[in-house]
Amino acid sequence: MFARSCSVLCCVMALSACGDGQNDFGRPQGKRAQPVQLVLLEDGRPAPEVLAEEQVVYRGNGEEPETLDPHLAQGVPATRILRDLFEGLTAESAAGDLVPGAALRWNISRDARTYTFYLRRDLVWSNGDPLRADDFVYGLQRAIDPETNSSAARTLLPILNAREVLAGELPVEELGISLLDEFTMQITLTGPTPYFLGLLASPVAFPVHKGNVEALGDQFSKPGNLISNGAFVLTEWTPRVSIVLEKNPRYRQAETTLIERVVYTPTEDRAAEVKQFRSGALDWTNEVPNNQFKWLQANYPDELVTSPWMGSYFLGFNLTQEPFIDNPSLRMALILSVDRQIITEKVTQFGEKPSFALVPPGIDGYVPFSPEYADWAQEERDHEARRLYEQAGYSEENPLRVEIRYNTSDNNKKIALAVASMWKQALGVNATLVNEEFRVFLQNREQKLVTQVFSAGWISDYNDPYSFLEMFRTGHGRNDYGYSNETFDALLDEVGTERVRARRERLMFEAERVLMSDHVIIPIFTYVTKRLVNPHLKGWQNNVMDHHPTQTMFKLKSSEMSSAEKNP
Amino acid sequence: MKQAGVFRHAAVRLLGLIPTLLVLITIAFFLIRIAPGGPFDAEKVLPPEIRANLDANYHLDEPLLQQYFRYLGQIVTGDFGPSFQYKDWTVNELIARGFPVSATIGGLAMALAFVLGTLIGTFAALKQNSVIDYSVMGVAMLGISIPNFVVAPLLILGTAVYAGWLPAGGWDWSWQRMVLPVVTLALPVVAYIARLTRGSMIEVLHSNYIRTARAKGLPERQVIRRHAFKPAILPVISYMGPATAALITGSVVIERIYSIPGLGSYFVQGALNRDYTLVLGVVIFYGIVIVVLNFIVDLLYAWLNPRIRYDEAQ
Amino acid sequence: MKPEAETKGLDLTVEDPFAEVFVEKDVRGRSLWLDAWQRMLKNKAAVVSGVIMLVMVLMVIFGPMLLPWEPDYTDWDNTASPPSMETRHWFGTDAVGRDILVRTLEGGRISLLVGLVATLVSLVIGVSYGAVAGYYGGMTDRVMMRVVDIIYALPFMFFVILLMVVFGRNIVLIFVAIGAVNWLDMARIVRGQTLSLKNTEFVEAARACGVDHRAIILRHIIPNLLGVVMVYVTLTIPQVILVESFLSFLGLGVQEPMSSWGALVNDGAQDMESAPWTLVFPAAFLTVTLYCFNYIGDGMRDALDPKDHL
Repeated sequence: MFARSCSVLCCVMALSACGDGQNDFGRPQGKRAQPVQLVLLEDGRPAPEVLAEEQVVYRGNGEEPETLDPHLAQGVPATRILRDLFEGLTAESAAGDLVPGAALRWNISRDARTYTFYLRRDLVWSNGDPLRADDFVYGLQRAIDPETNSSAARTLLPILNAREVLAGELPVEELGISLLDEFTMQITLTGPTPYFLGLLASPVAFPVHKGNVEALGDQFSKPGNLISNGAFVLTEWTPRVSIVLEKNPRYRQAETTLIERVVYTPTEDRAAEVKQFRSGALDWTNEVPNNQFKWLQANYPDELVTSPWMGSYFLGFNLTQEPFIDNPSLRMALILSVDRQIITEKVTQFGEKPSFALVPPGIDGYVPFSPEYADWAQEERDHEARRLYEQAGYSEENPLRVEIRYNTSDNNKKIALAVASMWKQALGVNATLVNEEFRVFLQNREQKLVTQVFSAGWISDYNDPYSFLEMFRTGHGRNDYGYSNETFDALLDEVGTERVRARRERLMFEAERVLMSDHVIIPIFTYVTKRLVNPHLKGWQNNVMDHHPTQTMFKLKSSEMSSAEKNP
Repeated sequence: MKQAGVFRHAAVRLLGLIPTLLVLITIAFFLIRIAPGGPFDAEKVLPPEIRANLDANYHLDEPLLQQYFRYLGQIVTGDFGPSFQYKDWTVNELIARGFPVSATIGGLAMALAFVLGTLIGTFAALKQNSVIDYSVMGVAMLGISIPNFVVAPLLILGTAVYAGWLPAGGWDWSWQRMVLPVVTLALPVVAYIARLTRGSMIEVLHSNYIRTARAKGLPERQVIRRHAFKPAILPVISYMGPATAALITGSVVIERIYSIPGLGSYFVQGALNRDYTLVLGVVIFYGIVIVVLNFIVDLLYAWLNPRIRYDEAQ
Repeated sequence: MKPEAETKGLDLTVEDPFAEVFVEKDVRGRSLWLDAWQRMLKNKAAVVSGVIMLVMVLMVIFGPMLLPWEPDYTDWDNTASPPSMETRHWFGTDAVGRDILVRTLEGGRISLLVGLVATLVSLVIGVSYGAVAGYYGGMTDRVMMRVVDIIYALPFMFFVILLMVVFGRNIVLIFVAIGAVNWLDMARIVRGQTLSLKNTEFVEAARACGVDHRAIILRHIIPNLLGVVMVYVTLTIPQVILVESFLSFLGLGVQEPMSSWGALVNDGAQDMESAPWTLVFPAAFLTVTLYCFNYIGDGMRDALDPKDHL
């Protein structure tokens, strides 16, 4: 064993010797350098003299990405990297707005079901091969092909015949995707899907290099093999250590891409991630620990960034079991007696917004439903809650005993604690906490046998309220509430076929209203993204999607040249 | 005679590896499979069509027993299969990358702990019940009195965040990145070994043959080195097998806090994600490592202690 | 391998002080344990530690009843507030406004309970298993140690995660899981010692006299293991308390609102700079306890080691 570790040690030395000799552990605490003032040229690009010499970004990325095959990737860490590597027909700007990507323009038919895309003429893959419409057709077909076994393919179900192809009933050629000529392609959908253009900017709709995939099989996404069409190319991947991307000189906007290299580091432990950031090893954290808002705000005011996110946190009721089956007054009493102000100010702290409905604000212009009690003071709510609680047959002598179930996470725990304590103080409810590991928790939720109140939450895949409402449909796979309301289902059916945007929004609003008046969930707050960002790093913008392409970023140089500039 | 016994013992032990592994695989296979939830359960549920394809692809739609024999047939060829979670890697690749890291950190920590621990323990035993004894052992004991997950962030704060001497985490096979994890990992083991050494050293020092050796007028130094040391570290050797195995594979806390790509974190992630192939692969590999380490410890023990006769039949 | 001649020079590693006691038992049966107790009292470190532990145990049992706060009461006006006389949170509060002092004491109950019960479990199983395996040797030993190897080769985490997952989390399971793993170490060490003991003259003599195996194990082997076992137990209790905290680190420890020192220290370690009091107080309790156990163990070991006065 010792012989082995010795030989390992020898290769350690060799490896560290042949590395790039980077012995720079960054900027220690205390002598944090300030960036120079940003100066923009007339075309909106930063002036060359304010840019740092070394345009390298180190980004914390949460968990290890599960794959870099764009059609298999689902998790945020993987898709974040893939958006840097590839470009879809459509793309997103730094602000999260939809912009033309590989497609220069597109037409949508009057029935909103057929999309025709006209591609740019000068596109090439990172190996120099020309990129044409058939690459996109191949990509979409591959994503949906049952042989590929993609879970992410569920996002592409709006495409005509996608479900049948996935089920193996039709061949992939029968998909509603057709090649019109070298630069033109058409996609036909089953129904109007306003968010479809947005879906095309996500990895599952990216093209892949056909020759490469067919030659290398499941090895094609490894560094050295992967051919991409985005702003960066994959150069290194050491699992659980880092993924390194370098600028793609053949990318159509290579001229305006300033970052030369991106290093994505997996950061599973938030506290450790923050320490890495503070030691200068990261420019961008995936998250920050929960309790430290005040401390970070006092010590890292320039670095701490929070911004609304398109997700909601809520607790769900299991409507199929006692005590909540057919007991709307009890559910309402519990909904009312949660003091959301305290939870967002004292528990979550990072500027989360108290919420009273399902859909978070800021999603594609949709204004969420707001119930009457949203405007009440908490005492009023508690008062009404006590009335309803007693109406439901409970009292101090006969208190409700209930379990709050949540999956293991610090925030879930604290919120459950807070809610339990509020119920106890307002109503005298005896709530116990049940903490479960994620998969067990999901299974229990789905089976609806042991759950009573459980933590839930939803962060949308795409910029549309439908993503939130959908899961309350009768029989939906994630309808862990056992909710079933014909009016609600009918409204959602209508949403699926409605082409006029304003009418569609009204239908969704109405559906949300129906849902909320059935007291199915306890809305708590809407999410924010929270992270530390090196103030030298500019060119990115907060957005509700939390998508931040590295392509638009750049690094400013420090104002105190002498002491703080990183030595190469 | 004795040599032959040791060899025979070795052969028996190595042959014994096969049933051990079989039992191990069987228990592990069925335990992970009765755990609730599956590898494809996620918050965003899959349409049934996709779910069916995935299950068929990974043979999860077959009866469990059939899957078990399929798995046995597969690992006989040394193939642990593809990881469910990390789709671009096979389990073999992940182990091949994770184990050298874990082994390096664990091995270095063990070496450090052994040297420091026996030195401290012997030193304290010689000065039994003196102020020196208490203070040396007291300091060593800090290692087992403060959890790793407190020590590690403190070390990072001190050496990386504030002083900037060492990196705060990550891995690139450079010595700078090994220092903190190795030290953190070694601290509790130093304390254990120091205590074990002190305890048995005191016992040995009171034994007749040491008195005899002293009476013969041998210098104290030589008494310790030539006569007392070997028998005194016997309990330490017993302890080292499992401890090394635990260090190499179980340093999940360290791996997490220092962002080190070792085997331990793959295992925990695998178990939480129900990554059946990865969990089983790591468990089986871990099993082999432990059996081998225990075997080495047995040999060491036999070598150090002439009283054990393996060829003895009761 | 060293030449036989050199190692031959070594005489007894362990003597059998009990042999004498055994023979003269009827004459002076009181001696050993009483002597040990008297010697223990002379060990200042052990006595001080013992007193501290006694106080600790009393505090942990009765403290929460005397304090003005309930352990699960969330004081929303004082969340994450530092220690203060005015708020009557003498150790400060955690992120949801729970009193750290009362939670530390409550957590102590769980930690000490886990430490004691799990160690007892591992002690009983480990000593008997290891002594039997080492004493009988041969096939018995091989089979028994193979079983240990197999259980060893199943990683602890795997066991615990699965146990927690399959049966849900509860405190009894934590005892069982930790105890069930720790006896393996105990068994190995005891077996190793027994292997060297059983070849000693006094055991062979007893065997020659026709004393049965059971009696030999109980009267000659196990008493001789006491020194090593004592050291081991004192190492095991803190180890178990730490294992519990390790489980808490992975989110598999005791269930909220119950707590343990490990869980509290883990929570505190997350915020060691922003709210140091959430780390310092539970960590101090934990550390003091672990130290005391170790000094008591040392004292016992020295007291029980009769060679000093032979």
